Amino acid sequence: MSSEGKYETVIGLEVHLQLSTESKVFCGCSAKFGQSPNSQTCPVCLGLPGTLPVLNEKVLKYGIKVALSLNCEIADMLKFDRKNYFYPDLPKNFQISQYDKPLANHGYIFIKNEQGEKKIGITRAHIEEDAGKLVHPENKNFSLVDFNRTGVPLLEIVSEPDLNSPEEAYEYLTALKSIFEYLDVSTCNMEEGSLRCDANLSLRPAGEKKLGTKIELKNMNSFKGVKNALAYEVKRQAQALDKNEKIIQDTRLWDEQRGMTVSMRTKEEAHDYRYFPEPDLVPFYVDKDFVEKVKKEMPELPQQKIERFTKKYGLSTYDATLLAQSRHVAGYFEECAGILKDPKAIANWLNSDLAAHANTENKRADELGLSAENLVGMIKLIKDNTISGKIAKEILPEMIKTKKSAAEIVKEKGLAQISDAQSLEKLADEVLAENEKTVRDYASGKENALTFLVGKFMQKTKGKANPGLANEILRKKLGEKLKKKNDYRD
Amino acid sequence: MEKHKLTACEIVEEIKHSKTDSLTVTKSVMDRIESLDGKIGAYVEVNKKGALERASLIDKEKQKGKLAGVPVAIKDNICVKGELTRCASKILEGFRPPYNATVIEKLLKEGAVLLGKTNMDEFAFGSSTETSAFKVTRNPWDTDRIPGGSSGGSAACVAADETILAIGSDTGGSIRQPAALCGIVGLKPTYGRVSRYGLIAFASSLDQIGPLTKSVKDSALLLEVIAGYDEMDSTSVNREVPEYIRACVNNVKGLKIGIPKEYFIEGMDKEISDSIKKAEDVYRQLGAVCEEVSLPHTQYAVSVYYIIAPSEASSNLARFDAVQYGFRSKDSQTLMQMYENSRAEGFGAEAKRRIILGTFALSSGYYEAYYSKALKVRTLIKKDFDKVFEKYDCVLTPTAPTPAFKIGEKMESPLEMYLSDIFTISANLAGLPAISIPCGFTKHNLPIGLQLMAKPFDEETLFRAAYSFEQNTEYHKKRPQIK
Repeated sequence: MSSEGKYETVIGLEVHLQLSTESKVFCGCSAKFGQSPNSQTCPVCLGLPGTLPVLNEKVLKYGIKVALSLNCEIADMLKFDRKNYFYPDLPKNFQISQYDKPLANHGYIFIKNEQGEKKIGITRAHIEEDAGKLVHPENKNFSLVDFNRTGVPLLEIVSEPDLNSPEEAYEYLTALKSIFEYLDVSTCNMEEGSLRCDANLSLRPAGEKKLGTKIELKNMNSFKGVKNALAYEVKRQAQALDKNEKIIQDTRLWDEQRGMTVSMRTKEEAHDYRYFPEPDLVPFYVDKDFVEKVKKEMPELPQQKIERFTKKYGLSTYDATLLAQSRHVAGYFEECAGILKDPKAIANWLNSDLAAHANTENKRADELGLSAENLVGMIKLIKDNTISGKIAKEILPEMIKTKKSAAEIVKEKGLAQISDAQSLEKLADEVLAENEKTVRDYASGKENALTFLVGKFMQKTKGKANPGLANEILRKKLGEKLKKKNDYRD
Repeated sequence: MEKHKLTACEIVEEIKHSKTDSLTVTKSVMDRIESLDGKIGAYVEVNKKGALERASLIDKEKQKGKLAGVPVAIKDNICVKGELTRCASKILEGFRPPYNATVIEKLLKEGAVLLGKTNMDEFAFGSSTETSAFKVTRNPWDTDRIPGGSSGGSAACVAADETILAIGSDTGGSIRQPAALCGIVGLKPTYGRVSRYGLIAFASSLDQIGPLTKSVKDSALLLEVIAGYDEMDSTSVNREVPEYIRACVNNVKGLKIGIPKEYFIEGMDKEISDSIKKAEDVYRQLGAVCEEVSLPHTQYAVSVYYIIAPSEASSNLARFDAVQYGFRSKDSQTLMQMYENSRAEGFGAEAKRRIILGTFALSSGYYEAYYSKALKVRTLIKKDFDKVFEKYDCVLTPTAPTPAFKIGEKMESPLEMYLSDIFTISANLAGLPAISIPCGFTKHNLPIGLQLMAKPFDEETLFRAAYSFEQNTEYHKKRPQIK
């Protein structure tokens, strides 16, 4: 048993989601990313003396949307608290957040795992304001601060410690991102920081009830980074436990370059944030009608889409889940399925070849520039035996590159399938003559000899032979040969 | 004619009937400041040029407005665009806000002429104006004595006729106590009545901006101008602003006044309790009903206040970190040193004391025992008042337990100083409107004030009761002879 198998991994994630509202959470400044330093500030978000926060109603709306999508209970009363700590990127030296009464509680989502599906609890989600950004010029004895990000709305989403592997953590993030993309509430870009993730992780001997010592992981800049950092920690801790070493509760930073985690501070050094109710924002009841209104405006979410796709289009849960990961890809699928009543074939192409292309180009399948008509057109050519699947795979890059239809490319390159039986029979004779050894193998009962012969056959036709027909003809010819042999023996 | 001696209502009338103009009034006040403020020390900044220019402009354009042409002094913790606003603290050295507080916008809209900034206890922490980092302010009735605080500068300049109107702020009595000690009218409006946007926060859940004036009518007029909902302040209440001046009627027949027995404590200054008794008699004679009532949780008010107010203050004052504005200590090598040195050198002793108190009260492990418990008792104090107001229109108490004390007398004993607000703190904790008006003098000729408190948003009852008292007594007519 590997040392890691001896232990159960327990992971909980804290996700900070920047909400893509036009203005900031407590003032009217633009919340746009990437503007020149300090150009998007006002006395309120600069925390100047005498200024007061006023809640942006859009933030509440987005927050409720997210809460509903995560199946959370929404708090009756909205209350804010101050989290006190000193840092130059925090102009008031306290952050307005929610402490004991978060906007949302007790939610859950489903993720894919090896067993199929797994329910992951959401402990809470709360609204808070983002901090600014420090810039440290090289070889200078000062730092600069950019307050553009100060006051950009954040939603902190805390999961239950229901994740049991780095892979599950990855799937959880993917599922969250997919939901947020559906809701259109965030750009979910980890590199730009619009989605940030910290992780809590502990190991315990398999079967043990009591949780092990928890460490906190920070500074991961991508979903893969999260997975790698967690995998590193699982290994580090398992090795330590094997040696009967004590795990020290600390906060660790992921060093992407070195591929390892480094201790930042131990529990003893942890802050006392001195939370207390924010006196400048009066608690107020969340209007039930407002929540109902938001509920009515909710788009179809991934889980609902998956169910609908399996029912309406007869897709497997696997295919439906892959398609539903992005609402754009799912939309593209439905556009195609509207033209051609072969959802299965469309899903296959989208989830395999197109997904692979998209992956290499760092795009989504629907962003490749392949129109729904062209994709469907290509599938039609396969269905009516004009081209084989193999040819289709070959011409796909060109279709994407040139935006030409499959029919055009097939015509230009003379790639249409040979379906006329006479020519195929002639070719089949040639193949059998050239591969007498394999024919003998076939005769002695080796079924895969046929596969080999079909391969040779396709080679001869440069893949243009109709594979079904080729198979049939070869079988027939081989049968004839065998019969002759047997006759002779008799 | 010495225009600086007039009330705002009188000036508005005179200007309206072209008997005088804003420039004449403003000049008169400026002359008074120049001749007297060296003795009183009410102002930390006087903007003579700006005030005179604005006064002539208002005259030239015949600007209308409820306060057209009337000079107003502003407490140093209220932001005025481009003007030094420092809360009488070194840590805000050189700070000129890039925006106006909402009350300043409202004053300007109604034609007020801003004279300058008045002295105060540093960040409003105090009851004597002695914790100011800049100067001592003296009581116009006896310049060896304090004017009260924290709005001591605003109170002193009104009492000394160095302004017509003044704006102050009140967190635990900071308008009413100095008003009482300086023999003028001071009003703390209902929490939420006046926008706090632009008031540099001391304790956000208690702070309220209000008027310090020579007469009750002036108080009503000034409140009318500064009150109202402000979308920049979530704690301001969206409620129509009445014409408060119309509430100033000389009639208290049938008015039910509660006299809380807990406010007449053993060992309290006899001259003060006697004055309050006399005031009761005045009200009775005018046809009001005065009856003893009980506010049983009064004894906890000071303790509750000194947990809640410093807790909020410790957080509110965290922003003074030398990063963006204000004082920065030289020669700090690290960020921590910059924070520590700047705050150590920038804050005075009382500010540090309150920051430490508040930080402690909010600390993990102590929060439940202190802050959380204080909030619960605060609710009980509020409920005491709710109950009394079921039967009574207002409550009458002394404003302060003592008349103005000597400069330096209580500086060595913070606890004794804290007790100066013993009668005024409850109104802040309960969010009630409360007014202090002159009701007598000690044998040393020091003013005594009475306090009236009413239901939230019932400032009108306060004005009616205060105006009736004023019209039937002579205390407000007596002016200090400044030596």
